[in-house]
Amino acid sequence: MVVLEAAGLSKHFRARRGFFGGDRGNVRAVDGISFAIESGRTLGVVGESGCGKTTTAKLVLGLEEPTGGSIRFEGQDLHALDAAARRHYRKSVQAVFQDPYASLNPRMRISAIIAEPLTTNERLTAGEVRGHVLRLLDLVGLPNRSADLFPHEFSGGQRQRIAIARALALSPKLVVLDEPVSALDVSIRAQILNLLRDLQAELGLSYLFIAHDLAAVAHMSHAIAVMYLGKIVESGEAQTLARAPKHPYTQALFSAALPSHPEDRREEIVLSGEVPSPLRPPPGCHFHPRCPHAMARCGKQAPALDDVDGRLVACHLYGASTAAAAA
Amino acid sequence: MSLQTEAVGLPSRFDIIRIEGFPLLPVLILGGIAFVAIFANVLAPYDPEIGSLAARFRPPAWQVGGSGEHLLGTDHLGRDVLSRLIFGARVSMVVGFTAVIVAGVIGTGLGIVSGFLGGWVDQVIMRITDTWLALPALTFAIFLTAIVGPSEMNIVIILGAVYWTRYARVIRGEVLSLKEREFVKLAIVAGCSKRTIMARHILPNVLNSAIVLGTLMLGVVIVTEAALSFLGVGVPPPKPAWGLMLADGKKGMMVGYWWLTVLPGVCIMLMVLSANLIGDWLRVKLDPQLRQL
Amino acid sequence: MSTHPLLQIDNLSTHYVSARGTRVVRAVDDVSLRIDAGETLGIVGESGSGKSTLALTILRLLPPAARVASGRMLFEGEDLLAKSDAEMRRVRGKRIAMILQDPMASLNPLFSIGDQVAEPIRVHEGVGRAAAWSRARELLKAVRIPSPQTRLLQHPHEMSGGMRQRIVGAIGISCEPRLLIADEPTTSLDLTIQAQYLNLLRELQRAHGLALIFITHNLGIVAKMCDQLAVMYAGRVVESGPVRQIFNAPAHPYTQALLNSIPRMSDNRNRLAAIDGQPPDLVALPPGCAFAPRCPSAFDRCRESPPSQLTFGDQRTVRCWLADAGSDAADSQVRKGAA
Ligand SMILES: Nc1ncnc2c1ncn2[C@@H]1O[C@H](COP(=O)(O)OP(=O)(O)OP(=O)(O)O)[C@@H](O)[C@H]1O
Ligand SMILES: Nc1ncnc2c1ncn2[C@@H]1O[C@H](COP(=O)(O)OP(=O)(O)OP(=O)(O)O)[C@@H](O)[C@H]1O
Ligand code: SF4
Ligand code: SF4
Ligand SMILES: [Mg+2]
Ligand SMILES: [Mg+2]
Repeated sequence: MVVLEAAGLSKHFRARRGFFGGDRGNVRAVDGISFAIESGRTLGVVGESGCGKTTTAKLVLGLEEPTGGSIRFEGQDLHALDAAARRHYRKSVQAVFQDPYASLNPRMRISAIIAEPLTTNERLTAGEVRGHVLRLLDLVGLPNRSADLFPHEFSGGQRQRIAIARALALSPKLVVLDEPVSALDVSIRAQILNLLRDLQAELGLSYLFIAHDLAAVAHMSHAIAVMYLGKIVESGEAQTLARAPKHPYTQALFSAALPSHPEDRREEIVLSGEVPSPLRPPPGCHFHPRCPHAMARCGKQAPALDDVDGRLVACHLYGASTAAAAA
Repeated sequence: MSLQTEAVGLPSRFDIIRIEGFPLLPVLILGGIAFVAIFANVLAPYDPEIGSLAARFRPPAWQVGGSGEHLLGTDHLGRDVLSRLIFGARVSMVVGFTAVIVAGVIGTGLGIVSGFLGGWVDQVIMRITDTWLALPALTFAIFLTAIVGPSEMNIVIILGAVYWTRYARVIRGEVLSLKEREFVKLAIVAGCSKRTIMARHILPNVLNSAIVLGTLMLGVVIVTEAALSFLGVGVPPPKPAWGLMLADGKKGMMVGYWWLTVLPGVCIMLMVLSANLIGDWLRVKLDPQLRQL
Repeated sequence: MSTHPLLQIDNLSTHYVSARGTRVVRAVDDVSLRIDAGETLGIVGESGSGKSTLALTILRLLPPAARVASGRMLFEGEDLLAKSDAEMRRVRGKRIAMILQDPMASLNPLFSIGDQVAEPIRVHEGVGRAAAWSRARELLKAVRIPSPQTRLLQHPHEMSGGMRQRIVGAIGISCEPRLLIADEPTTSLDLTIQAQYLNLLRELQRAHGLALIFITHNLGIVAKMCDQLAVMYAGRVVESGPVRQIFNAPAHPYTQALLNSIPRMSDNRNRLAAIDGQPPDLVALPPGCAFAPRCPSAFDRCRESPPSQLTFGDQRTVRCWLADAGSDAADSQVRKGAA
């Protein structure tokens, strides 16, 4: 069953503030993307910094209004929800963000931070709330005494665990994880990823998992979507995509994964050329100025996201007419 | 090893670094003025509002013609200057602090609402603020007193009404950036109402700025109060306000009665300067240290 | 003079003390390190093991609750702890720069990116506004931020997480410091940009003899960037030495566990190898070795008294009783653990 489905989703930000107040055009942070997240499964999203992953997460969370397109939750368009359904949606979708320092209100105690979703949405006695808080702290591996401390007394990784505890407080259906483990060390990262997977198996949670750590994404996800400059350029089943990426950008991305041993060097596709700007995306295929396989056609015509061997790829290399050339 | 006691107990040389820059003198001065204001009844040797015409224009004790009876001399009605200064501290403190609090509450409240809600609410509040700020503060205050008439209470309200805009501006700016922070986004995701978010997540995080602004505003408010009194539209006589004393004394300046103007002037200056120095220190202190980088 | 290392830290301890002095968090405990010009020192360790605190201590940017309890830090032969605040301000940014773990803490939300990148250039180099802004644009370009001209006019909240991180990086390198402390500078960067960014740091290092302290969770980055490595656990350096040697034969059981828990692209749906047990509570450390409750090779002695730092081989140190006996037996036990 599909929990959440996005169709043609876009978000454009206005970039004002030219030196003379002139309008500098739009940042096309998210530009017409479509994806679906199935119940109990994980959709991993990877892509270059600034390609619109966080913006996508915010759209799903209802923190930004889409410029275009729609999101359906359990079959219902978010736009059409009434107040009660909207509350249900809020309870069912929780989030963990990238920046562990900004995620916790510096003026609140940890117990209040973790309990906030509970106290806002459910009627519980103080004792019950406390019990929940301690259980959640335990779940993420923090000592009980943390409950009465303030965020500044914790390191980055510890804060992120607090944020995860809070997100799990309401037993949500979908958790948006925006780089939840970037700030954690490998060992705790492994613990948290294991924890997230156990919870998924136990509670049937779905995840929208955004990360830069490709190994972690491959490990966590059932499906992966690769974004480049606001668009999805490749998506499909996680394992096949990770093992044999088809889009040239995905190939470069996965080849850049650093070896984890100094003597374990491997071939790296170094992308040359300027990183393109979402303010002035290149014409045609957005990737063509940096693509090692670019053809004349790539600078003129944007490739469509088409089915290639059971997955979706947006690249002229795999278009019907050029399939032979690619082979 | 007694590392632990060393770290907790005796201040080591590492601790001295931390209190460097503490504005000890300003705090002492402001604290002293507050002390004097509170215990004015006990400290003042004479009634500040009643003088004896026989003892007019007595110079301070150390000058020729002065006496220990009136340490800082007397004014044109024979009232004891020291007593008037002491009670004047009370007027300045009460008017200054209350006006700053009134302005702070209005300004911070509107700043938060304006910044957080945005949209037309923001538009309206900011238009008003801009108009307000365009008016010269003193003229505006005089105009308002002309309407409602001078009294201590009215002065407080007027000063509050004139100066809230400074808070609104600064606090709104702060709120604009705060509401982009993840913890506010997460509060929305958790289902908190806008009111809860403003009270629980925004207000405590702008309080520091409001306090710093308050200390800096204290100086401005006291000067304005003094100016209003000086111009005769402030605290009504015979109440001893420093500004009023300054105004009364200015005629005597020419004939050598310097103490009637210099002494209240020095008091105003000390208070304003102290408030500003403390405000500056607080601003550095309460700002996350790491911005020093 | 030339025998000085660029930065030498001896027996440094930094504690966080609660308001009433009843709770002492020993965030950095008896740490000794050294780094030479042009060298890169990696610091890895569990979350909460005191890496950021160590970095903030070096720059004397600790929050009010922190106390430097003991130790000495010599930078180019000068004692950093003896400097006045004013002297320290001249060191920061110009001679030692830092990329903070929390980019938003070093960016003021109310000012434009351009103002903030240009600021240290104007302060330390005394150049005019226009020149500083054009330098700022070059820097944004160097850290691969597209459309730098427009970005300079935007505010921090309009940037993506990775952009903020690179902007803080640009500020860090803006005055060509002698030492750059980078606290998790690449956590929000994708791999292609991360690779370019790391290359940029390398180039700077080659061109100016910049020394780098790289705090990271990413052992891949350590492998690629660092010459020396220090592994921290519960506020202490439990192992240090040349990167290759440590990767090939980790001596401390924690380092061994750390190297084992790296997720690999291939082992997908199995469980990741995590280190069992909870990270230690720095307020109530066990009397013996802090790693003992989680250590697979712990024996009685470990639970009784803490191991002291032992130097062996070529510049390697380790804090573990297994390595302490000095006898061949103990040595072979370390080997066994490493295998
Ligand atoms: N509030 C905003 N106002 C203007 N532009 C914005 C805003 N938020 C994001 N953007 C722009 O949208 C683009 C996408 O940003 P987003 O945060 O979604 O990237 P991301 O993929 O999450 O990147 P990262 O991996 O660095 O976190 C960027 O160019 C960013 O500058
Ligand atoms: N202001 C503070 N008051 C009290 N304790 C603190 C404070 N700041 C940090 N700590 C504690 O000090 C220890 C070390 O924190 P530090 O931030 O140095 O860890 P870290 O190694 O950088 O971790 P991470 O990798 O998660 O960033 C932690 O246990 C933390 O809880
Ligand atoms: S469409 Fe052309 S430029 Fe774009 S990725 Fe494919 S080959 Fe490269
Ligand atoms: S000292 Fe003992 S407990 Fe500590 S790491 Fe060594 S073997 Fe393990
Ligand atoms: Mg992001
Ligand atoms: Mg840290």
